[in-house]
Amino acid sequence: MKISFPYMGTSHIVISYLLEQLGHEVIYPPVPTKKTLSLGVQYSPEFACLPFKILMGTYLEAVEKGADTILTSGGCGPCRAGYYGELHKRILHDMGYNVDMIVLEPPLVSPLDFFRQSHKLIKKRGWINLARVFRIAWRKLQALDDLESTLHKLRPLALSKKQITQVYEDGLELIRQANSVKEVDEARDEALTNLQQVPADHSFTPLRVGLIGEIYVVLEPFANHDIEKILGDMGVYVHRSIFLMNWTKNNALTHGEEGEKDIRTAAIPYLNQLIGGHGQNSVGEVVRYAEKGFDGVIQLAPFTCIPEIVAKSIMPAVSRDKGIPVLTLFLDEQTGKAGITTRLEAFLDLMKEKRRIKQEVS
Amino acid sequence: MRVGIPRTLSYFTLYPLVQPFFEGLGVDVVVSPESNKDILDEGIKETVNDACVPIKLLHGHVAALKDKVDILFMPRLVSLDGKNTLCPKFLGLPDMVRYSIKGLPEIIENRLDLKKGKLELYRFLFRIGRRFTDNKLLILRAIWRARYNFMHYRKLLLQGFTPIEAFSLLQKGHNAEVQPQKGQIKLAVLGYPYTLYDNYISVGLLEILKSYGVNVVTPEMVPKQELQRMSKKFNKNLFWYYSNCVVWACKYYLTDKSVDGIIHVTAFGCGPDSMTNKLIELETKADRKIPFLTVTIDEHTGEAGVETRVEAFVDLIKRKKGIL
Repeated sequence: MKISFPYMGTSHIVISYLLEQLGHEVIYPPVPTKKTLSLGVQYSPEFACLPFKILMGTYLEAVEKGADTILTSGGCGPCRAGYYGELHKRILHDMGYNVDMIVLEPPLVSPLDFFRQSHKLIKKRGWINLARVFRIAWRKLQALDDLESTLHKLRPLALSKKQITQVYEDGLELIRQANSVKEVDEARDEALTNLQQVPADHSFTPLRVGLIGEIYVVLEPFANHDIEKILGDMGVYVHRSIFLMNWTKNNALTHGEEGEKDIRTAAIPYLNQLIGGHGQNSVGEVVRYAEKGFDGVIQLAPFTCIPEIVAKSIMPAVSRDKGIPVLTLFLDEQTGKAGITTRLEAFLDLMKEKRRIKQEVS
Repeated sequence: MRVGIPRTLSYFTLYPLVQPFFEGLGVDVVVSPESNKDILDEGIKETVNDACVPIKLLHGHVAALKDKVDILFMPRLVSLDGKNTLCPKFLGLPDMVRYSIKGLPEIIENRLDLKKGKLELYRFLFRIGRRFTDNKLLILRAIWRARYNFMHYRKLLLQGFTPIEAFSLLQKGHNAEVQPQKGQIKLAVLGYPYTLYDNYISVGLLEILKSYGVNVVTPEMVPKQELQRMSKKFNKNLFWYYSNCVVWACKYYLTDKSVDGIIHVTAFGCGPDSMTNKLIELETKADRKIPFLTVTIDEHTGEAGVETRVEAFVDLIKRKKGIL
């Protein structure tokens, strides 16, 4: 089985490790570029959201490189993303590519289907092998999240942004190469120490900004024009609301109604209904960020994303009540990096001024 | 006491149920005027800019009603068939409107979720009824009347009347002799009730088709059991009630082979429709026999543009059938 999968942030390190250890040949799709997106746009419905189009392009490139199976996740609505696997499959088949799609539905929602689909992946080396590999993969996921959150803290302070990026990428490579739980832990510790050792300027407190919104555009640097890096380079501490691990725990394994209760509770005064995607979370997270004293929140969403549109229309009220500025960026295939940078700069100026006034008062 | 009902979105599905219900409670029902340019402009002004046209239109209708009524009927529709949910915008509708428009009256935002059981619809009405009166018997009587009227309405739809025709028939009292108009060719016009039957936003599409001698059928005219049967033909179904009705109706008319063509009417920026449209495009493509046309409408749609394309489509079908 020549298997491929879409990119989302750093998840490819873990997924490719899992698949290789399960005995499959992994076809790495090229990292998404402008070309991927144009290709995707050509064969996607016009109003499908940006993730659909990037994924479409990625699949086409993967298939061209010889993949015969594509692994992706399913879902049970009401966000559209749950149907993407099925529609991608139909479009690929319609174009004449005879590719097999393995769509993993949340196991607690449709256990039988999940078992059948995952068995296709696992049968080659058996379930006992999976238990061993899964433990290591889980550790890697943890290590990646730790690395990223440390990077978020240190990037705004680092004297040389170029150096810290390089150290971070070396750290990713270390984790990628690790092959046992012990090695993952060692790699993680080494990478973290290396990050700490990058010369930093501790003389100022950076602005603190929360990053919320739809998971794919929040996690995938290509979709959001590497907004974390832009902000970090501007000297802003970015706190991302979604990390791979807590998302996997809460959503990929269950339906997501159990986990994240705290954030949902915070959203209830404004939006007392699960609306799919990260709509309700977005509202709740703004409330929580305000309580934690963040300087501002940036909401990212793909164009026509239904849950985030609902969240956006409620956002002004939350922002006013809690006194926290919110900047919403809708991203699509037309969005340019310069446009985003300009708006971010303006937003930063606003937050700086707000902080200054606050300090003068107190 | 006056209750306001916006003439859009769930109006075309629920009005024959809630109108007799509120009247049975002795509450005056005020419906917003038919959609027009002022309502749409007002809606565009109030709504978050990324929303789809129907949501913008709803905001316009609410703005038109807000000073004329004491309470606004805008329930949170979660599930209308016990299986599928509605588009996330329906789920968050009361909140979206509340935070977008200032100076709103009280909103009836009770949750209607038929996943909780078949009787939930009546419990939903009962809970609303309790807001207006303590007389439980009166509420039950109103529910009974509403139910009767609603069933009658559904029957009329299955006979081939559009909701608008059915509304006026219900008001005048049904006359058995009236039959839906028959035309030379039969087209399935698929779309959501709030775009198809709103003459302003669909730029009178149904009227235009009728003037060409087309017999129009819509998803509302397919019996429920048939839709359920069609749902089994899909590997995985969509999640949204109205979208599924469209997809299943498309499959029904494709299997049934009684229609000469299919038109899908979709609104600009509609999230679920990006999936729905592609899905029925692929379905009709696989079938290879029935011509298919997509009409996208938005706040700038001009009648001439739609008319030209629909006319060409109808001519093509007529030529194919040898009528022209």
